[in-house]
Amino acid sequence: MDFISTHFLSLILFFPALAAVFMLFLPGGENKLFRWFALGASLIPFLLSVSIWFQFKSSAPGFQFQEQYEWYEALGSTLHLGVDGLSLTMVLLTTLLTPLAILASFNITEKVKAYMMLFLFLETGMLGVFMSLDLLVFFVFWEVGLIPMYFLINQWGSANRNYASMKFLIYTMGGSLGLLLAIQLLGVLFGTYDLVALTQHWTSLQPDSTLLGMSVSQVKAIAFWAFAIAFAIKVPIWPFHTWLPDAHTEAPTAGSMILAGVLLKLGAYGFLRLILPLYPVEARYFAGALALLATAAIVFGALSSFAQTDFKRLVAYSSVNHMGFVVLGIAAAGLASGTPDATIALNGAILQMFNHGLSAAGMFFLVGVIYERTHTRNLEEYGGLFTLVPVYGGILIFTSMSSLGLPGLNGFISEFLVVRGSWPLLTAYTVVSMLGLFFTGAYILKALKKVLHGPLNERWAHGEHKLTEINAREILVMAPLMLLMLWIGVYPAWILDVINKAVMMLF
Amino acid sequence: MTFPVLSIITFTPLVAALIILLIPANRKNETRALALASAAFTLVLSLWVYFSYDQTTAGYQFVEKYDWLPALGVSLHFGVDGISAPLVLLTGVVMFTGVLISWGDDHPHVMAGIQDRPREFFAFLFILAWGVLGVFVSLDLFMLIFFYEIAVFPMYLLIVIWGWNVTREYAAMKLTLYLLIGSVIALVGALAMYMAQYQNTGALSFDMLTMESAGFSQSFQIIWFLPVFLGFAVLGGIWPFHNWSPDGHVAAPTAVSMFHAGVLMKLGAFAALRVGIMLLPEGAKYWQWLIMAFAAIAVVYGAYVAFVQMDFKYMVGFSSVSHMGLVMLGFSTFNADGLLGSGLQMFSHGAMTALFFAVVGMIYDRAHTRQIPELGGMSKVMPFATVGFIIGGLVSMGMPLFSGFIAEFPIFMGVWQVHWFVAVVCSISIVITAAYIMRNIRQVFFGNMPEKFEGHITDITVLDKVAIATLCIFMIVIGLYPKFMAPMVQTGVEYVLRLLGGS
Repeated sequence: MDFISTHFLSLILFFPALAAVFMLFLPGGENKLFRWFALGASLIPFLLSVSIWFQFKSSAPGFQFQEQYEWYEALGSTLHLGVDGLSLTMVLLTTLLTPLAILASFNITEKVKAYMMLFLFLETGMLGVFMSLDLLVFFVFWEVGLIPMYFLINQWGSANRNYASMKFLIYTMGGSLGLLLAIQLLGVLFGTYDLVALTQHWTSLQPDSTLLGMSVSQVKAIAFWAFAIAFAIKVPIWPFHTWLPDAHTEAPTAGSMILAGVLLKLGAYGFLRLILPLYPVEARYFAGALALLATAAIVFGALSSFAQTDFKRLVAYSSVNHMGFVVLGIAAAGLASGTPDATIALNGAILQMFNHGLSAAGMFFLVGVIYERTHTRNLEEYGGLFTLVPVYGGILIFTSMSSLGLPGLNGFISEFLVVRGSWPLLTAYTVVSMLGLFFTGAYILKALKKVLHGPLNERWAHGEHKLTEINAREILVMAPLMLLMLWIGVYPAWILDVINKAVMMLF
Repeated sequence: MTFPVLSIITFTPLVAALIILLIPANRKNETRALALASAAFTLVLSLWVYFSYDQTTAGYQFVEKYDWLPALGVSLHFGVDGISAPLVLLTGVVMFTGVLISWGDDHPHVMAGIQDRPREFFAFLFILAWGVLGVFVSLDLFMLIFFYEIAVFPMYLLIVIWGWNVTREYAAMKLTLYLLIGSVIALVGALAMYMAQYQNTGALSFDMLTMESAGFSQSFQIIWFLPVFLGFAVLGGIWPFHNWSPDGHVAAPTAVSMFHAGVLMKLGAFAALRVGIMLLPEGAKYWQWLIMAFAAIAVVYGAYVAFVQMDFKYMVGFSSVSHMGLVMLGFSTFNADGLLGSGLQMFSHGAMTALFFAVVGMIYDRAHTRQIPELGGMSKVMPFATVGFIIGGLVSMGMPLFSGFIAEFPIFMGVWQVHWFVAVVCSISIVITAAYIMRNIRQVFFGNMPEKFEGHITDITVLDKVAIATLCIFMIVIGLYPKFMAPMVQTGVEYVLRLLGGS
């Protein structure tokens, strides 16, 4: 037991990868075994992270459950793990969504072993980003998550998967080039990659001294954008979002759940963990630009979403729309870090990350449920399905309302906090963003109307195409998500308490 | 007297080659078994050298010295440092895996391995290995060049007899001429150094350890650095003298391509470092900008050319140009990070490209085409080779957790310290590499298998799988646990930096 209590983070981090390696040696063809094994293997990190959630002392400063091992001594990089309230929230989200995504993939029948192994590797990759306190290790995990996702889209995706997976890979790798170069610059300058030490050294550079033939402030501005673009592509912020609709639409259902639920959060997490502490001056200086892009993402994301006829693409664009609020909150926090308004906005942004993880994963799953039965995603071919599948309809409406931001459900809390926080700081952008919220409501209601209401498309009522109700396994996937949506909506204090204390201490 | 492990490693392939030639030509399996046994023996010894190298004392170890031609000051002086010990290990690994995949397969549709005159094939291959190992362990300039020529010569026969019959004569001739011209120029430089040392100190010696302190004048170094460095670097595939290498790779039989790209190109890079940079440090500093420019062009241009190839083997061949460019780029930084990266990249690229050529060969033997658009769906029949190639691909694109990242990252850090612009430009190659690797993985291994291949293509043999697994293990271990190799290379790098005078 001692071993477990001193190695919580490394156990959570490496358990999925080790399980995947173990799976390699299981006999082939036993699809049932692979499914249950993968589910079990992903539940253990979840239980462990729930356990550290309760052990976590939210009022204690700094990182907790720290562990440090040597890794690449020659470059001064160590495997340094630790969590604060911000990363703990994200770790919980990741370990929660992965078993659900695996449960959602029980209907995969092709190459089940490889599929489940990739999912487990992906989980390790994502968790590593949230846990690492070393910049080089952060980058390692940042890149590592890409490859399983590429193969999940490329091998188990739908018709246009080759194009989508390549676009996803090249976009993200291209975007992280700048990040790679900027990280190298930091490493070369200070001979260490430890985040805490780097933050100290980097922020205490004299702005008028010279570096690489330029003034420090110029170098910092360039490095800021190198970081920001890498993260902006991942979030994604308009105009770097174009990989997202393709990747989400072509990915298998569980792949979309993880992509929207966790991978997009990696970008936002990068902003919070690296950009705000490392570039306080630049974040303030460029807050307006960031807010402009966020507003554009909110408005254009909503409008594009409204224009879609493909159900999954509609949900995909909604991610651009919702993640825009996260970035708006971050921009506000960058503009006036330390003030109460900024703290409120940041609380909202982080909670919105968690909430969007729940609702986007749920929405993609529900699209997958109906697609599997009808083999179409075209909104025009549905219609009046509520009468055929009332339970599914109810769940869809519930999840949509969370996404729409209905008071009483989680989305409202976080969007309200972001808007409340950024209103005094970035009034004009906030106003436009709130107008964007109107379109959010419009596209969600449009989707509900096209799918559930209106005249019944007779094709689904009888014969071979007869639509079947959502089954027990699928309800089991949705149940935890819906429970959390309601819980956060009614009583957000349990999670906001952890987030708020982290925000207070960090910024 | 201590156990002369380096001479035993070096001369095992020669002895094996001679014994193999004594076996009757029709006893093919005995020939192969003997080849495998001696390759395994070399591998075990090189592992032993690698793990018993003492990193705390560093410097040259397992040193042996025998007089050879005392009148001219030539001696058999052997020793390994932190840079050459990994390369000896690499040679052992590539030799072992190369013999494994040349074993052959009796399946009617498969023309795998070497069926035609395996006795002569393995004999020449082992003479090549003898030369390669000799270069890595020699501390005597004369012997280094001696072994270098020995390594180049069997290449010609191996390509021209067992190569791809469309281009083998052209490619073998091109390769041999390029390399011989390069080495002759380097030899002239070596003689100039020998004479200059005689003038300076009165000592007649080819020993490189004494040459390091021969006190060559700065103008001498500036004049002779380029011939010596570039003469050797031709074999390292440096742009603009890389042209022989993709042609040579493509025309060579699989095991020879593995050797060629995996080890032989390291020979050029290693000799360029050992003789060019370490003996003529002032010259190296003077010409730093030129080497860096050549290397940077090789990195980006090689990746671009690889991107547009339709022939699978040419694609891999040009990717080697790009990756060897990174090795040269690391050399040209003259700082701890860059040289560390180069040392690691030599090993990493050696294992990775050997794996690439092995898998390409396995596919060609079965499909009889290397045109990328004509291939497809190979993962269904050869899943093991698919996973192996994907791992190699991830190493190639510098994906973290594999050895490629561990090697490339310090190279870029080193370049940052010299000129940021070069680092930015070269980083583009990472994305290009990712694009062509992923595109080809998708096209060749996934997608639909063309009808003409259905039922004709069989899985690879057990020996092939052992070879792939062996190469993958090293790439993964270094990626997950850099300490396996980085501290050792660091000790070698410190020595180079001392010669460079803390530049």
